[in-house]
Amino acid sequence: MKRQPLQTRTLSLLAVLVPLLALFGYVALRSGPLAPVPVGTAAVVERSIAPGLFGIGTVEARYRYRIGPTAPGRLKHLTVDVGDTVTAGQFLGEMDPVDLDDRLRAQQAALQSAEARTREAEARHEYAQSQARRYEPLLAARAVSEEIVVGKRSELRIATAALNGAREELARLQAELEALHAQRGHLRLEAPVAGLVAAREIDPGTTVVAGQPVLELIDPQNLWIHVRFDQINARGLAAGLPARVLLRSREKVLSGTVLRLEPLADAVTEELLAKVVFATPPDPLPPLGELAEVTIELPPLPAALAIPNAAIQRRNGQLGVWRIAGERPEFVPVELGAADLEGWVQVRRGLKTGDRIVVHSHVPLSPRSRVKEVENLLEIRS
Amino acid sequence: MISLAGRDILHAWGKFFFTGIGLGLLIGVTLSMAGIYRGMVDDAKALLDNSGADLWVVQRETLGPYAESSSLPDDLWRGLRGLPGVADAANVTYLTMQVRRGNEDVRTMVSGIAPGAPGTPGWPPFLVAGRHLTRSHYEAVADIATGFAIGDRLQIRRNQYTVVGLTRRMVSSNGDPMVFIPLKDAQEAQFLKDNDAIHRQRRSTAENPAFNRPGVPDLLAAVNAAQTESTSVNAVLVRIKAGADATETAETIRRWKRLQVYDREQMEEILVGKLIATSARQIATFLIILAIVSAAIVAFIIYTLTLGKIREIAVLKLIGTKNRTIAAMILQQAIALGLIGFVFGKIVATFWAPHFPKYVLLMPLDSLRGFFVVTAICVLSSLIAIHAALKVDPAEAIGG
Repeated sequence: MKRQPLQTRTLSLLAVLVPLLALFGYVALRSGPLAPVPVGTAAVVERSIAPGLFGIGTVEARYRYRIGPTAPGRLKHLTVDVGDTVTAGQFLGEMDPVDLDDRLRAQQAALQSAEARTREAEARHEYAQSQARRYEPLLAARAVSEEIVVGKRSELRIATAALNGAREELARLQAELEALHAQRGHLRLEAPVAGLVAAREIDPGTTVVAGQPVLELIDPQNLWIHVRFDQINARGLAAGLPARVLLRSREKVLSGTVLRLEPLADAVTEELLAKVVFATPPDPLPPLGELAEVTIELPPLPAALAIPNAAIQRRNGQLGVWRIAGERPEFVPVELGAADLEGWVQVRRGLKTGDRIVVHSHVPLSPRSRVKEVENLLEIRS
Repeated sequence: MISLAGRDILHAWGKFFFTGIGLGLLIGVTLSMAGIYRGMVDDAKALLDNSGADLWVVQRETLGPYAESSSLPDDLWRGLRGLPGVADAANVTYLTMQVRRGNEDVRTMVSGIAPGAPGTPGWPPFLVAGRHLTRSHYEAVADIATGFAIGDRLQIRRNQYTVVGLTRRMVSSNGDPMVFIPLKDAQEAQFLKDNDAIHRQRRSTAENPAFNRPGVPDLLAAVNAAQTESTSVNAVLVRIKAGADATETAETIRRWKRLQVYDREQMEEILVGKLIATSARQIATFLIILAIVSAAIVAFIIYTLTLGKIREIAVLKLIGTKNRTIAAMILQQAIALGLIGFVFGKIVATFWAPHFPKYVLLMPLDSLRGFFVVTAICVLSSLIAIHAALKVDPAEAIGG
């Protein structure tokens, strides 16, 4: 009678206290350093991996023709604009001749005056020749003094020299005229090959220096991608390998081939350079300079032990993986081989088929950790 | 022998128990506050642990790369790699920035890691899902606290990155989750300006007669190319060979390479002693105030509980109960109250800790220390109540 209310009270107190203490025990053991570490594991399997290389490149034209004048001058007019297709030898534009035409006329006048002087020298030479021819017999007949004949001979030689000089002068002026004509001809800008006008850097009226490009032509059938591969990840890169090209502006993956590996690497950026050509020229043409992601797949390697790269850890300077041995993990140093782009790495030494290794873990492991295998680590809070 | 304290608690156990729970919530807050402080220190240490480095080589006269900005040429690591005692040297960049996730953005510390394989200094030491970076561009490993999932696309500056792996507890010293991307992309993100800025810079360069000279048409292009290049990193992480002396290697680098070098202890000193010092002191001050307030509240509660049954105590005295028995009853009740409070406080602190936006580290040692402090406070505050109880005049039992 008297115990009844007391027992109810005790029971209800216990009903509250026992779960509280149980919860406390759970909290103390399941959180903090005493709790087992949830890990995601995988078995070491034999599989064939296809290593891949990944590089970034820009679309470039294989041949670029930069057309400009050979002498400084002012651009007079251009007949083509960016995007125009041109044929070989097509007239593209012209430099302003400025005073070149006047100099041509002056040169022609000089040539004519030289011709006149040559004719004069010829006349003088003819006269001196006839004089010399007339006096020679007279000297033989002793009709004139020797002094006069010597004078005539000398006059002939002077007239011959004057004639030769006049002829050479004529030839010089002729050559200069031809040079001016040639210069005049070079003021015309012509297409060396059939192609596409890619850039028009100067507009008419601008003064350009010798060698400065006015127009740039490219051959649209010959585009390639200048790809840069990080040196550390470029093992096995060689000409002829198939490549997958993803242009930044497009969704579709294009196919291509490695044309060549450049003999010179970029020493500053620590990258290897390679040229990749499209299997078929893309349509429409990608703009030059567009960014491209290039993936090169090397031939698959024979099947060997492979592990996910997420399992690899460094401990005391050694690379290795945590192998599950009962409840505790043990650290096994491994020697690694080739890797592919999907995250598989070959193991040369240290593991055998069927070993269970820790791939993902909730916290860094140590040999004293207890582990608990779970399916999905992402569902664990805290 | 019956337990007076037990009988009294059972008499009104509901009231007693709920008082204990109220006290527990207060203790829980105090424990969490200690956890927040520990979490801050742990964040700073996690940053150092995760970098996997023995030495940090930074710009001279700086406390970089975490506490101050530091800039080094990106080919410097080659010279360091060749020094005796150095097992590995890797470039690294750190940049705290907002990373776009869909329509919103997340505050993160973006770290550029040198190309290589897992285990290279700077790489995340473990993952909770997915894989490490394999491509040298446009892939990212994100901390789970960023909210990204495997396969998500995240945008840093103008480039999009695919999340291929997730990691955990990779945070900056401020507790911002980290995102790891390849070094070259990170250099671009850090030092390359946005397109508008580049455009404006090109235009202003073109207007500068020193760079845009009619007689030298290629000069402008050359200057523009030089301006958009980025060849800097924030630090070089150095791992030393097993058996080599870190101090000696650091001294060699300091002397012959004329760079600033920090070892693990110095870096911790910079992070814990300088970077988070003020906020840590702030929290420590608050923790002390909270502890004092808790002690005062416990004392008040026990005092009021005792005063509430002053008449019963007078009756006890009247029937000749020893003072020692009465004092023991009050002391036991105070300790019981403290125990309930501590147990409940520990439970709630553990359950609400993961919901804090920043890391809260509840250390078992802190809990143990908290337990003794709570017990001590209870004992001390019960002394006041005992004093009041013993002063009671037995006549009050009849008078009242």
